[in-house]
Amino acid sequence: MSQFAGPSPVTFLSYISYILGSQPDYYRRNLSFMSITADTNFLMRWRMLKDHIARHAVGIGGISVIIAIVLIFVYLLYVVIPMFEGAEIREVATYTLAEQDEALYYAMEEQAEVGLQVGKHGKVLFFKTESGSTIREIPLPIPAEVIVTGLAEADPASGILVAGLSNGQALVFKHAYRITYPNDQRLISPVIEFPLGETPFVVDEQGLPLLQLAAQVEEEQVTLAAVTQDKRIIISHQAIQESLFEDEASWQTTRSEVPHPLEDVSYLLLDKQQRDLYVGSHTGDVSYYDVSNWEEGPELIQHLAMVDGQTQMTSLSFLAGDISLLVGTSDGRVSQWFPVRDEGGKRVLTKIREFDDFSRPVNAITSEHSRKGFVAVDTGGQVGIFHTTAHRTLLVEPVSEQTIKRIALGPRADAMLLQDKEQLHFYHIRNEYPEISWSSLWGKVWYESYPEPDYIWQSSSASNDFEPKLSLIPISFGTLKAAFYAMLLAVPLSIMGAIFTAHFMSPRMRQAVKPTIEIMEALPTVILGFLAGLWLAPYIENHLPGIFTLLIILPFGLFFAAWSWHMLPASIRHRVPEGWEAALLLPVVILLVFFSMHLSPVLESTLFGGDVRIWMSQEFGIDYDQRNSVVVGLAMGFAVIPTIFSITEDAIFAVPKHLVQGSLALGATPWQTMMRVVILTASPGIFSAVMIGLGRAVGETMIVLMATGNTPVMDFSIFEGMRTLSANIAVEMPESEVGSTHYRVLFLAALVLFGFTFLVNTGAEIVRQRLRKRYSSL
Amino acid sequence: MRERTAKWFKSGTPWIWLNAGAVSVSLLMVLGLLALITVRGMSFFWPSDVLDAQYKQSNGTEIRLIGAIDRTETVSVARVRDSGYTLEGEEPVDRHLIKVGNRDVYGADFRLVLQPFLTDIKYPEDILVAERREWGNFYGFLLSISEGGKVIAEGDAAKQLLPERLEHALDLFDEIRSIQQREIGSINYQLERLRLKQRSLELKGVDDSNAYAAIDKETESLQKEYDIQREKMTTLFEQIRRDSIRVETMDGRKIDIPLEKVVRVYYPNAMGMFAKLGFYFAKVWEFVSAEPREANTEGGIFPAIFGTVMMVLIMSVLVTPFGVIAAVYLREYAKQGLIIRIIRIAVNNLAGVPSIVYGVFGLGFFVYFLGGNIDALFFPEAQPAPTFGTPGIIWSSLTLALLTLPVVIVATEEGLARIPRAIREGSLALGATKAETLWRIVIPMASPAMMTGLILAVARAAGEVAPLMLVGVVKLAPSLPLDGNFPFLHLERKFMHLGFHIYDVGFQSPNVEAARPLVYATSLLLIIVIVLLNLAAIYIRNHLREKYRSLEN
Repeated sequence: MSQFAGPSPVTFLSYISYILGSQPDYYRRNLSFMSITADTNFLMRWRMLKDHIARHAVGIGGISVIIAIVLIFVYLLYVVIPMFEGAEIREVATYTLAEQDEALYYAMEEQAEVGLQVGKHGKVLFFKTESGSTIREIPLPIPAEVIVTGLAEADPASGILVAGLSNGQALVFKHAYRITYPNDQRLISPVIEFPLGETPFVVDEQGLPLLQLAAQVEEEQVTLAAVTQDKRIIISHQAIQESLFEDEASWQTTRSEVPHPLEDVSYLLLDKQQRDLYVGSHTGDVSYYDVSNWEEGPELIQHLAMVDGQTQMTSLSFLAGDISLLVGTSDGRVSQWFPVRDEGGKRVLTKIREFDDFSRPVNAITSEHSRKGFVAVDTGGQVGIFHTTAHRTLLVEPVSEQTIKRIALGPRADAMLLQDKEQLHFYHIRNEYPEISWSSLWGKVWYESYPEPDYIWQSSSASNDFEPKLSLIPISFGTLKAAFYAMLLAVPLSIMGAIFTAHFMSPRMRQAVKPTIEIMEALPTVILGFLAGLWLAPYIENHLPGIFTLLIILPFGLFFAAWSWHMLPASIRHRVPEGWEAALLLPVVILLVFFSMHLSPVLESTLFGGDVRIWMSQEFGIDYDQRNSVVVGLAMGFAVIPTIFSITEDAIFAVPKHLVQGSLALGATPWQTMMRVVILTASPGIFSAVMIGLGRAVGETMIVLMATGNTPVMDFSIFEGMRTLSANIAVEMPESEVGSTHYRVLFLAALVLFGFTFLVNTGAEIVRQRLRKRYSSL
Repeated sequence: MRERTAKWFKSGTPWIWLNAGAVSVSLLMVLGLLALITVRGMSFFWPSDVLDAQYKQSNGTEIRLIGAIDRTETVSVARVRDSGYTLEGEEPVDRHLIKVGNRDVYGADFRLVLQPFLTDIKYPEDILVAERREWGNFYGFLLSISEGGKVIAEGDAAKQLLPERLEHALDLFDEIRSIQQREIGSINYQLERLRLKQRSLELKGVDDSNAYAAIDKETESLQKEYDIQREKMTTLFEQIRRDSIRVETMDGRKIDIPLEKVVRVYYPNAMGMFAKLGFYFAKVWEFVSAEPREANTEGGIFPAIFGTVMMVLIMSVLVTPFGVIAAVYLREYAKQGLIIRIIRIAVNNLAGVPSIVYGVFGLGFFVYFLGGNIDALFFPEAQPAPTFGTPGIIWSSLTLALLTLPVVIVATEEGLARIPRAIREGSLALGATKAETLWRIVIPMASPAMMTGLILAVARAAGEVAPLMLVGVVKLAPSLPLDGNFPFLHLERKFMHLGFHIYDVGFQSPNVEAARPLVYATSLLLIIVIVLLNLAAIYIRNHLREKYRSLEN
């Protein structure tokens, strides 16, 4: 309990308590001396036991509460950390399939339980991915002696494939899966469907084999591009024509040839919109056509070399969404390109980013179906998992001694099939959060279809191919901007107010003023936010000139009032005791406010042509949001004032009185004493008050939620809104899917807030404790 | 004089005045805010007079306006001209926002009118205002009352008859609602329990056909009961639909309002001061005791008050013991050293961690992790519908308990620190054990400090909204967390909350303009509660200080 330190009665008592409190054995031994009966002995033991139990119960309780507090931090971290882990793959099975045809294509259904192989001789084989055993074999309805020379997948999510045949024809088919539950067991039965009928249609009238294909099939129109054996590119477009006379609509086919300068055509890609056609060769030359205009034929937009010098282009494919191209080269690089509009509005293919993780030529690239990630393999048997937006290499691992020829990814990107020379390898992939990296959170990212790299927060959209934009910069910026404007109002007002209250105000008035301002702190911020959003914002909008007038005339008005008071005859002045200046100024402030608000419409019509917002946007091009930084600054400043005021006031009030008296005795004026002695002594306390106020402004949710408009823009303008970290969490958390990347990013936002305020507050607290020590030594 | 001024400046006094000005501004901001909310909140219940006037619109046509002035503001002439009016001079003009009601007829409740174009203003005594269950207020004139489609009274006779008929309709309405909520609600609740019981038996693989038969039997009897109640409701519905009133709007349209849709009618212009006062208090009572109507924009806020109180009570039960134990541990048992100092700083700082962070933690840890596991262990029969694995009042209380824990710890510790050591030592010297000293001497003496901590915690919890939005608050809860169905206290239910009510009605409601006065009133109520709680805490704190000051001497 305490130490023995000298022969005073109190310390003697404490010595006894020391013995009684912490040495029960000794205590008991002594008492048993005195004990008269076994009864009291028992009572004593019982009391000791209770004491023991209490000690442990309180200890356990106390420590568990402290652990609960630590748990907050740990749990936030626990949710956030998985985002930064890489991907893992696990080989499940290796096998050879029953059908020994040369494979052209592999795919898997949604659950990755059934795989599919399309062979050169037109056989479609469905097999169990975990064992390789055949489920079903379906021959495509193609004439005998005709083989499949080229195969292309339309949108991978639809399962539609187009086979190019050796007789210049093409066949569109689709792999689909029926799921039934006989005996409560899930049964997946694969089928092949023919969206355009079972008969192949003519693409090349000369009947030459179609070597490369690209196709997109939709309900209303079908576009197919093909490279023939003699290197012509034929593009065929079919659209449904509603006929006036016939009941049935008929397909109208247009066919044209695309002129191209390439030596060989190895790659052909057509995007989902059936607009952009990319034709590429091994040498790295790529021609980019717009094929959307059917009357006038394909239009060449750009012709460029995607790789330089001796390197070869070894792979070319789309990223999900068909906007970006992924280019694999013979020196082991994979780069992402997409068309960017230049100043003239022309689309120019631009290299966006590059992955440099392989040492051998990149052999194949497959994109995930719903995310902006892809899997690539090199000729050395290495497989890599990447994500473009995050510019992140999630995994590079050798999986085979041999060259991997083909990859197929499950639609959920949780499984893949790799085909090397003779065998198929089936892998499970665990890769849940590829979108997150340091650069995608805190750096400028060049998003698809954007003219330049930028900081953007846009977490969700209705579209499936949406590229989530998860930069925390705009919302962190908004947080700091809101806090800055709040502090701009709160710091001078509260510190000045605290100086006066602590040092100059009469004690009686101080007794009333301090609790009044402290009650402000308890006001629910939802009320402040509601007033800011629904009362203050429209009010400021209507009285903008008045608000700025008030800012300017308020200090001068106060000076003038003070001077007038000073000039009054002493008989009047002495009626009011010193320390009531603030009360004297109340009517002055009210008057000034009324004056400026009434001046507002007059100023507006004389100086600003009637409407200051229109005037601002015409003269300076400044946009005006109704819920802007001024509103937030005022409302949140209001919320922060009491915090800063209260701590500053305490710090100043606690400055030892003899310092003040010494200074005054040496002839300094009260103001000089204030500035040179009191403020300097209390400055660490004032600093910590400002820090704690900042912490509060940064974390405040309801005010910014209701008074900012919540648009995540990065703009320094005082007349525009912002979105803060806290408001962002409040807005998006309820609609984010549990465990998703979005959910975890919001947890990260919370962790950032937690970390920031915790650091700021700890700093302030340490400064304050030091100050306390210093005062006690003074 | 110049010399005097110069000297005055040199002494630094102007700067002191400037600092005094800062205090005045801060004070005015607080008082102004409180005054604004008080005035707007209190005037919500006042039956303001309804004017009847001619108004010339910007296109030159004249219309008749009946409505109550909601608020008035001054606008510059230029803005008026921009909106198509022609006006002489440069004097700013008054613009009124007039509540014309009758949303079903005109589409909007409010109309902006300019003072100079408002002529022929009268306040006729027979203007009737009807508060309705849908479409907001009606303003106009009463023409007749019909029963079953036949007119039974017109003019003054109708006016005489109306209160009686309305009373009848209101009684019927109460009866219907009582059946819906009590009897039918209880039957539905029991049916759901039976369904879960059956599902639970199936999951456990119980083959006993008797058990199933018992459930079926019970279900059947409940179903029968349900049919009886339905029957009763149908007759009541027929009765309540009997009467309707025919009224005339300001543009001469005649519409029928069934009395089942009317809550209250009054003639504001005919009311005297006392009648208005009576009306005022009736409205105030309705506000705190009735359920909300029309997407929360009308009626009362009772469920929100109830939800707030429930949540705060549960939170208090959770936070007090843990906060006190932690404080006792830190102050009385733990070895004072660097680690305890760090913990103390950390606890202090937790009070400054943004509340939304607690909300995120509560959602992730309490709702999804704890709640999800509880569901998997104890409520497998309800799956996949979550029982505890979804936001609810218990999780809100837990989250807020965590949020206010530092407040209680800090206050209690302060109280413990203030107790003079001599008192403890005296007790120990008399042979009491440490636990006895704590329990009999220290904690009773520190109890006012704990009380202060608890009051501050309650005040903070009552005003906190951001975390609750994530862990359990909803705009409209179908049932209260406490009702007559076993087990009476439903901790898993969602609830309504005053603070969230303000946010929701003020910002998410489709008709913000009409709802605004209600939000002011709700704010006022919340402020009163919180200010009172804080004043109580301050009073106890000061009282306590005095007490110990006398002890120390």
